[in-house]
Amino acid sequence: MLQIKNLHASVEDKEILKGINLEVKAGEIHAIMGPNGAGKSTLSSVIAGNEAFEVTEGEIILEGEELGELAPEERAHKGVFLSFQYPVEIPGVSVTNFMKTAINESRKAQGLEEMPASDMLKKIKEKAELLEIDRKFLSRSLNEGFSGGEKKRNEIFQMAMLEPKLAILDETDSGLDIDALRIVANGVNKLKSKDNAIIVITHYQRLLDYIVPDFVHVLHDGKIVKTGGKELALELEEKGYDWIKSSVE
Amino acid sequence: MSKYTEEDLKKELETKEYEYGFYTDIESETFPVGLNEGIVRAISEKKGEPEWMTEWRLEAFRIWESMIEPEWANVNYTKPDFQGISYYSAPKKKDQYKSLDEVDPELIETFNKLGISIEEQKRLSGVAIDIVMDSVSVATTFKETLAEKGIIFCSISEAIKMYPELVKKYLGTVVPQTDNFYAALNSAVFSDGSFCYIPKGVRCPMELSTYFRINQAGTGQFERTLVIADEGSYVSYLEGCTAPSRDENQLHAAVVELIAMDDAEIKYSTVQNWFPGDSEGKGGVFNFVTKRGLCEKNAKISWTQVETGSAVTWKYPSCVLKGDNSIGEFYSIAVTNNFQQADTGTKMIHLGKNTRSTIISKGISAGKSQNSYRGLVQIGPRAENARNFSQCDSLLMGNECGAHTFPYIEAKNTSAQIEHEATTSKIGEDQIFYCNQRGIPTEKAIALIVNGFSKEVLNKLPMEFAVEAQKLLEISLEGSVG
Repeated sequence: MLQIKNLHASVEDKEILKGINLEVKAGEIHAIMGPNGAGKSTLSSVIAGNEAFEVTEGEIILEGEELGELAPEERAHKGVFLSFQYPVEIPGVSVTNFMKTAINESRKAQGLEEMPASDMLKKIKEKAELLEIDRKFLSRSLNEGFSGGEKKRNEIFQMAMLEPKLAILDETDSGLDIDALRIVANGVNKLKSKDNAIIVITHYQRLLDYIVPDFVHVLHDGKIVKTGGKELALELEEKGYDWIKSSVE
Repeated sequence: MSKYTEEDLKKELETKEYEYGFYTDIESETFPVGLNEGIVRAISEKKGEPEWMTEWRLEAFRIWESMIEPEWANVNYTKPDFQGISYYSAPKKKDQYKSLDEVDPELIETFNKLGISIEEQKRLSGVAIDIVMDSVSVATTFKETLAEKGIIFCSISEAIKMYPELVKKYLGTVVPQTDNFYAALNSAVFSDGSFCYIPKGVRCPMELSTYFRINQAGTGQFERTLVIADEGSYVSYLEGCTAPSRDENQLHAAVVELIAMDDAEIKYSTVQNWFPGDSEGKGGVFNFVTKRGLCEKNAKISWTQVETGSAVTWKYPSCVLKGDNSIGEFYSIAVTNNFQQADTGTKMIHLGKNTRSTIISKGISAGKSQNSYRGLVQIGPRAENARNFSQCDSLLMGNECGAHTFPYIEAKNTSAQIEHEATTSKIGEDQIFYCNQRGIPTEKAIALIVNGFSKEVLNKLPMEFAVEAQKLLEISLEGSVG
């Protein structure tokens, strides 16, 4: 599904990613962990095509296609989804309207007609039920006045609506209490299938109690320095990031 | 040209009259340039107006002569040469195109983007249309329905002849000739405009739109509108058109007067899309408009405007809340792009007890434009328990435009409650990226954000107008992100 080869990226001439190699297959969940400043969020932004970052070397290949030249929306049309660490507010635009626009823009890019309103409503109803979201919530302005938990649930709702091939969850657990964390994680687990892949980016291992990864990668100073199974997360939790730092240096 | 005196003008007039048979020749279309009493008289005469009207115009002209052009607005432009303008153009037959194929393709493209029907496109671009065309029959049934209810809706010229007592009684009562430089000018030389009277207790069954006055289609340079809603009546009036209006007249100075008698309600919606000048700021219409409404007891006036056009806009639709318990509302979206300049807002004058007013202003600036909100909330000494709520939001796109807010508040009664909220925001790269990531391209993302920002005002527009206005916002801001 996704192959990342020797990826280097920088922001304002400062190199953040220093040669990332990663392969993710359909049906897999990968966790990327690491201390603050390791480059976790940069990696997710670069995969999504954020132009604030410059890719200086390497390739990102999704289903055999190099993403390098593609605009963020084109990557989205190809099935890349990013759940933001800090979802932005768009006042006056309801969640429903936002999703309708997003879905229809993707359909347009694929040469399809707009989704009929009845189908759209049905889909919204179905996904809201799946994720236990009150539909009143969907007529509120996007992320405006949402609590931390609501914002993250809204991200997962969008993921459910857009049905991406590759979903990257960037620090989805941050700012969530344990109940909200469980709800969000349950949602993600329901959306997982053998045809899609999920990359979970997290600082702590607690999210991985709920979303169980097939692989855990440790990112340090712009490189993946260790890869293992889900037990690596526990080991990391126990020994702390200093353990990684000292073992690298 | 050296200084052109009145004497020169008179001489020119005389010779022209002689040469071309000025007054008698109906084919003659345009007056010589310049303005003096002779021209004012000539306009009045040309329109076959009664003596009182001519006198009224002359009075306005004398007042105008003693006034100076205001400079307080936050706009910069080369002042028009008022003696370099011709003040009267007879309604001339436009050259008609045989089919839409002959019309500027760029214009057609804009029409299509706005979702304007083919028939409507033909009408707007001056393509010859069949007499059996729908809108003609619509207009006829429309007129019949109005007549049954006793509603008068006609051109102001027609009203001066047919309903002189109404016009005489109300013209200039809300915006007097002395009001300001442009209002005085308009009073002296107004070309035409609309007149509307809703009788006591009548609820006008449809939105009144200048669109239906087919014979008077095409707005004049100095338009004059008078709307009178008698006791307990209701009317919703639509002005303007979302289609781009190209006009060779650089200066537009309209006056609109609304009178809402006891328990009456007037809803006045405008979409203004005059030529804003090109992307380098050349050309474009100067729009200096005076709009004001008077509310008697328990009356209500709502102004809703979507302003996307004109190079320079100077416009403050206002309400005089004279009667107790009367209500004034102002909802505005002003978009400026490229080199456009807008100084717009409202005045809410609270005179009666328990009067209430609401102001929602949304300014969107892009390119190198300057967008100013200027508003006055005035509470008179006898206006017990008056209330005002104002909200002014500005949205900026890019780093070269400006948004300004000039709120003036004068309260002379201690029981008044006045609230003012203002926000300024910028469309952030993070917002755009967020939309992009969900598959929404940048242009569409901006349209979405702008529509969300303007929603409270768009919701106030009549349905069909709102849909067009929404598309208009998108088009006005196209290409404004680098």
